[in-house]
Amino acid sequence: MSLLELSAKQLLAELSVGRITAVEVAEAYLAAIVQRDKQVGAFLRVDAEGALAKARDIDDRRRAKQPVGRLAGLPVAVKDILCSRGEVTTCGSRMLERFKAPYDSTVVARLKDADAVLIGRTNMDEFAMGGSTENSAFQATRNPWDLACTPGGSSGGSAACVAAGMAPLAIGTDTGGSIRQPAGLCGVTGMKPTYGHVSRYGLVAFASSLDQVGPLARNAEDAAVLLEAIAGHDPLDSTSVQAPVPPYSEWVGQPLTGLTLGVVREHFGPGLDAEVEAAVREAVRVYESLGVKIKEVSLPHSKYCVATYYIIAPCEASSNLARYDGAHYGYRTDAPAMQAELADERRRLETAGDQRGVGELDTALVRMYRRSRSESFGAEVKRRIMLGTYALSAGYYDAYYLKALKVRRLIRQDFDRAFEEVDLIAGPVTAAPAFKIGEKVDDPLAMYLVDLYTVSANLAGIGGIVFPCGASAGGLPIGLQLQAPPFEEDRLLRAAHMFQTATDWHTRRPSLP
Amino acid sequence: MSLTREQVEKVSLLGRLRLTDAELDTMTVQLAAIVGYVEQLAELETSNVAPMAHAVELHNVFRPDEVRASVERADMLANAPAADGEFYLVPAVLGE
Repeated sequence: MSLLELSAKQLLAELSVGRITAVEVAEAYLAAIVQRDKQVGAFLRVDAEGALAKARDIDDRRRAKQPVGRLAGLPVAVKDILCSRGEVTTCGSRMLERFKAPYDSTVVARLKDADAVLIGRTNMDEFAMGGSTENSAFQATRNPWDLACTPGGSSGGSAACVAAGMAPLAIGTDTGGSIRQPAGLCGVTGMKPTYGHVSRYGLVAFASSLDQVGPLARNAEDAAVLLEAIAGHDPLDSTSVQAPVPPYSEWVGQPLTGLTLGVVREHFGPGLDAEVEAAVREAVRVYESLGVKIKEVSLPHSKYCVATYYIIAPCEASSNLARYDGAHYGYRTDAPAMQAELADERRRLETAGDQRGVGELDTALVRMYRRSRSESFGAEVKRRIMLGTYALSAGYYDAYYLKALKVRRLIRQDFDRAFEEVDLIAGPVTAAPAFKIGEKVDDPLAMYLVDLYTVSANLAGIGGIVFPCGASAGGLPIGLQLQAPPFEEDRLLRAAHMFQTATDWHTRRPSLP
Repeated sequence: MSLTREQVEKVSLLGRLRLTDAELDTMTVQLAAIVGYVEQLAELETSNVAPMAHAVELHNVFRPDEVRASVERADMLANAPAADGEFYLVPAVLGE
């Protein structure tokens, strides 16, 4: 059996008894990247040298019987949104093309402490805004199951590299479904933990009250291994919660007894693809056959989730992205050209006797901000800054932002009520399997609706896990989403593992040309 | 509600962006569609609902008030588009 076919858990077992070395594992994955990533485009940068040096260090320590971390020798790919000291962290944007992070994010620091082998940085939608990984300033990532399709987004690079066997584990972030949606479309297991369970320190902020870091892996057991390493309270993040981190990887194999699974009435409305509905209903039957009780529940405010999200997320984004001013870091426009442009405009207005126009002219500093931002942000980022700025502007705050915050509470209350009746909620991840590259780029609203089934978890702050439960006639993966009350990651992982013990969808791999 | 091109232009100044004529045209159409969609929230009665700004409603998060090392000035300035080793450099504003 090739090293690439072993799960992360199996790799750890082999590494710990010395049957394989960390260098062998790193070399195997680096070779797979060289061979496959030309087609997939999952990585923005691969650190072969750094990965091999780390692997050699781990092997040396293992041979010398010195202690090693819990992920020792496991390659992990990291979404290019988490700061890593001394390394370029682009966030998929021209704005940060040359930004070298001056410190480690907590998640990267924990991965380093756990002796993970950080093999590369994965592609993403610019500033994590998007559902297809087409909004990256650098490249579009392709879905390993069909190279004409998107892998989903914004963690499309992380999902695609795991699906294509270029890393056993990857880190993604999920603001409105950006781990779960690409996991579903690429046929891997991805989890958005409860808000506050994983530190956001050093994560380039998009929408701070929604962003959460989480694992992508081939199965629930491996996701448990990775979550265990990154979760837990962090004093550097004031929104981090003091919640215990159970030994997920030890407990994941224990089946859940007496479980009640909720099926949401509103999830099966018009717009849901027939193949997706059939696969999800079949997955529910699998649980039933495992002794799980099934109960219908209602989330009456479901239809308002996307609207609520697309007010709150852009409002927070417009505020967070104000830091990109072309002064402190990131891209700056050509200053002499900018000064010449301003002088020229002033001259023209003065010649025309337009005193009002002269008065309204940008200052040099404001013009520098505007030109720097406009030249380096892509269309989707501009759209969201505009939307957020509009919704927060005088006269509209109450009608949009405040209203959305109130509806957010109604959405959370729906979940609280549902979880009084059931332990988990099962349903679709996306309304349809992976879509073609370019299919939705000119219709932002259509792209936003891709998040229909995922945004509610971010608004409510609860956790969700996604894993493959079927395939379309065209051979594209179909995912199942499970959602749980806050800090019930253990329940999610064990329930996902139960499914993966009874079925083999998670073992299927795309055959890359 | 329909958004005018002038409103969009005003918002681009507030958001410190500068859109080309073509971008302004596209943005006006796209923002109007999105704003039209989000306006469905108006049909919900929410006068007695407290706004929920955050998923975890934590209050007064403190950590010990201890002096500790921060990022070095040189490391921060290394990413600046223009700096003189001590300060960030920006275009002159006074005297305009």
